[in-house]
Amino acid sequence: MKYILMMHGQKGSWDEYAKWSKEDLQRNVEFMQQFSKELHESGVFVDTKGLAWPQEAKIVRAGNNGEPVTDGVFPESKEFLAGYWVIDVESAEQAYKVAARLSAGPGADGKPGNMPIEVRQVLGSHHDLGL
Amino acid sequence: MTGTRVDREQSSDLPIGELLRELTPQVLGLVVRRFRDFDAAEDAVQEASIVAVMQWPRDGVPDNPRAWLTQVAFRKMADRIRSESARRRRETEVVEEAARVAETSLDVAPGEDDTLVLLFMCCHPALTPSSAIALTLRAVGGLTTAEIASAFLVPEATMAQRISRAKQTIKASGIPFQMPNADERSVRLRSALHVLYLIFNEGYTASAGPHLRRADLSQEGIRLARLVLRLQPENTEVGGLLALMLLTDARRRARTGPNDELIPLAQQNRALWDRKQIAEGVALLSSALPKGSVGPYQLQAAIAAVHDEAGRPDDTDWPQILALYELLKRMSDNPMVALNHAIAAAMVHGPKEGLNLLDALKDDRRIAEHYRIDAVRAHLLEMAGDPREAAKYYRAAAGKTVNFPERNYLLMQAARLTD
Repeated sequence: MKYILMMHGQKGSWDEYAKWSKEDLQRNVEFMQQFSKELHESGVFVDTKGLAWPQEAKIVRAGNNGEPVTDGVFPESKEFLAGYWVIDVESAEQAYKVAARLSAGPGADGKPGNMPIEVRQVLGSHHDLGL
Repeated sequence: MTGTRVDREQSSDLPIGELLRELTPQVLGLVVRRFRDFDAAEDAVQEASIVAVMQWPRDGVPDNPRAWLTQVAFRKMADRIRSESARRRRETEVVEEAARVAETSLDVAPGEDDTLVLLFMCCHPALTPSSAIALTLRAVGGLTTAEIASAFLVPEATMAQRISRAKQTIKASGIPFQMPNADERSVRLRSALHVLYLIFNEGYTASAGPHLRRADLSQEGIRLARLVLRLQPENTEVGGLLALMLLTDARRRARTGPNDELIPLAQQNRALWDRKQIAEGVALLSSALPKGSVGPYQLQAAIAAVHDEAGRPDDTDWPQILALYELLKRMSDNPMVALNHAIAAAMVHGPKEGLNLLDALKDDRRIAEHYRIDAVRAHLLEMAGDPREAAKYYRAAAGKTVNFPERNYLLMQAARLTD
């Protein structure tokens, strides 16, 4: 069963992250490397992508002639996707465990980040129809 | 690698890839039995297969391809042990033995039991289902790691890691490479059959992305079931499982439309069903049923056969299907069986009976949140002449399924009832 783990943050979180101390940043980077290594070694890794910072994010809609129309400034409270991981695991519980491990990653001032991680099952995954 | 080479048409009619996959478990079984190191043996046999893939198309398939592969694999093992012990300065007698065996291996008899022991090892209950599936496809099915990875839509490195961890689990648990005793054997066979069933099922129903099924895994499931039946011709559940696979897979071409949309049984073009495969499934089942105890695979196959034998949906012998589900329900405490039983009951005694049976499943936590409960309820409500409620449950089911074509199908049903 494949699950996507999505890390979201408000626009302001990126600005705060940019101001972290060297130690905090280093701890966080090391944690992310370790986390990625664990996913690979346990044979559950499928995909991951980090996204560029949301300063330049645009919402695009088609205008009258189908040309792209981008709207204006986002409210500060808007949530942006920071990055995602796709994992292939045996159960939802296992996906939640991995998500909790990610959420426990170190944040500012040496405290746990406790980032909310959205967990969703990916369509097309396995389910048993029969016995 | 001496020996007379003959044209491969003479040696075997199989293409090289298929021939190798046929021989892999036999050779691997031999190597594991000899050296008692599954992990290393697996690598050695893979390496031998690679040599074969490179040499055979050029030089022709050797007249005894199994002996050829075994010899190369034994040499690879000998090289491995030699370099290990060169580092560690011990186990010299093992090296000598390996080297000697490598030169005299051509007369090693293929042990049919080896393949079965190998299968039991790969499907050991200590492994998680996904590990057992991966290991079985690689060691018994002879698929490459890349092929297995692409079938399950994960990166090759991830699949390699999964297989390697599975081998470590086997190593750590100290499972001996030998045939389990009679009591243990039936338990292990059951778990092996379940793994084959999951492989087939993954190919048939699950699949990812916009495509409803992945033919290769269904075919692989069938191929492995045929292999096990050759090794255990007297076990009626093996025949039952193979029959179930054939009778289900026979409807493959009718099961989806041009855009991968799902077509339910009642609306399928039955002319597209594979009659030859149905005949084979029915014959297998007919020879298995009278032989001994009737197990769940045979009953499932019998149900599939009743469907397959109906020329039109209205010709379906629902009372017989209901009777079979009643037997099956008594045999296994499986909520999916109970769900299918409810459908059959509705077809025989009317939708009200089916809906009552569904209510009984409400408190079963294994299935209460499953989309199929809602999908079946929707179908039965529609039968009962309540399109509004039916549409509501079709939509609820669409919200819960994790299969793309299934979601589209369910939403279409809801739309059809409300338009």
